[in-house]
Amino acid sequence: MSDVTTLASETNCHIFEGCGFPAPGLHNFIFKPLFSVGSFDFNKPMLLALLSTVVIVGFFWAAFNKPKVVPGKLQMVGEAGYDFVRRGIVYETLGKKVGEKYVPFMVSLFFFVWIMNLWSIIPVAQFPVTSIIAFPAGLAAIVYIMWMYLTFKKHGFVGGWKNVTGYDKSLGPILPLVVVLEFFSNVLVRPFTHAVRLFANMFAGHLLLLMFTIASWYLLNGIGIAYAGVSFVMTIAMTAFELFIQAVQAYVFVLLACTYVQGALAEHH
Amino acid sequence: MIALAQLAAAAPENPLIPPIPELVIGLIAFAIVFIFLAKKLLPNINKVLEERREAIEGGIEKAEALQTEAEQTLAKYKEQLAEARHEANRLRQEAQEQGAALIAEMRAEGQRQREEIIAAGHAQIDADRRAAAQALRQDVGQLATDLAGKLVGESLEDVARQSRVIDRFLDELEEKAEAAR
Repeated sequence: MSDVTTLASETNCHIFEGCGFPAPGLHNFIFKPLFSVGSFDFNKPMLLALLSTVVIVGFFWAAFNKPKVVPGKLQMVGEAGYDFVRRGIVYETLGKKVGEKYVPFMVSLFFFVWIMNLWSIIPVAQFPVTSIIAFPAGLAAIVYIMWMYLTFKKHGFVGGWKNVTGYDKSLGPILPLVVVLEFFSNVLVRPFTHAVRLFANMFAGHLLLLMFTIASWYLLNGIGIAYAGVSFVMTIAMTAFELFIQAVQAYVFVLLACTYVQGALAEHH
Repeated sequence: MIALAQLAAAAPENPLIPPIPELVIGLIAFAIVFIFLAKKLLPNINKVLEERREAIEGGIEKAEALQTEAEQTLAKYKEQLAEARHEANRLRQEAQEQGAALIAEMRAEGQRQREEIIAAGHAQIDADRRAAAQALRQDVGQLATDLAGKLVGESLEDVARQSRVIDRFLDELEEKAEAAR
């Protein structure tokens, strides 16, 4: 089996022809470089990440560069997306007064994650960029640094540590246990779960789509054609499901970022 | 970082080890999106959203001002109407009062004139009666004297006597007439 991505049709082998099922796996997430500059390899996920930037900036440029009080269609769509994140996520968690400052960051984050996810079902691209851990990890790291910065800026050094460890004298004898657990869960695990939640969802979603797509092709022989039909229907269904999951994961990622910021700015209790 | 990169290179199959080039590209891609949105495009749209909110609220304010003005005008008209009605009532009452006074005055005048006429009539009748009585008394005296002269054959020319006798006679007649009444 090759160690880089192969398309299902490239195997050109069907069931009952003496070849095994070319099951999707990790090799589907490793790409041959499109070109190399020295030791730097430029691959498909990188291209898609940069294309996401182009798409998002291009869209919002077209929608918001010369905005009108009476909006055109594109501006209306842009406003709806902007308002969804602003009101639906930021104001809901942080409130209008505190949240206003974080709106541009959260809006950028939402659309960046969403478009990176969306490549999964765009023909030709067909790969969720966020299923490469580096992309969600980078975003989670930004949120983590922001959270830490805000916590210590708001509460000072000691207060900051008390905040991130849930220090509360009224807990009595179990206080050390709580502090250790909270420290572990907030300071160490949080950036990891934040990134992996998005990564794993997209990773698994991509595997599922690959699985049914490859199976539809592989089963296309003799009685297998009936099974191939079922598999193809599943491919369509999973594509629709992925469309939903992509938006949900982008929403969750931004919602968590907002919740962390809210936690950093919260008063002692 | 270098250790992590070596680890990534050594174990390319581990999907949880972030490859550094992708990490860098991802951060750059996000940074570009963030800079464009935060520095230019979202402030743009915020300005317009604010303008729109003001336009809508301005419209509402204008409508409210118009409504207030309309209400004031209506109130003014109602007041004027009430005033006019009141004035008309007052005029009508005045006219009625004046009419009544006029009628009463004319009635009083008529009464007065009637009484005057009646009084004048009475006075006339009295005067006529008295004149008639005077004339009658002289004529009756004359006739009686003449008759008596013819009967007695003596001239009863002594006016004084004559007059006395006649007067006595007439007085008797009157007394009889009184008694008979």
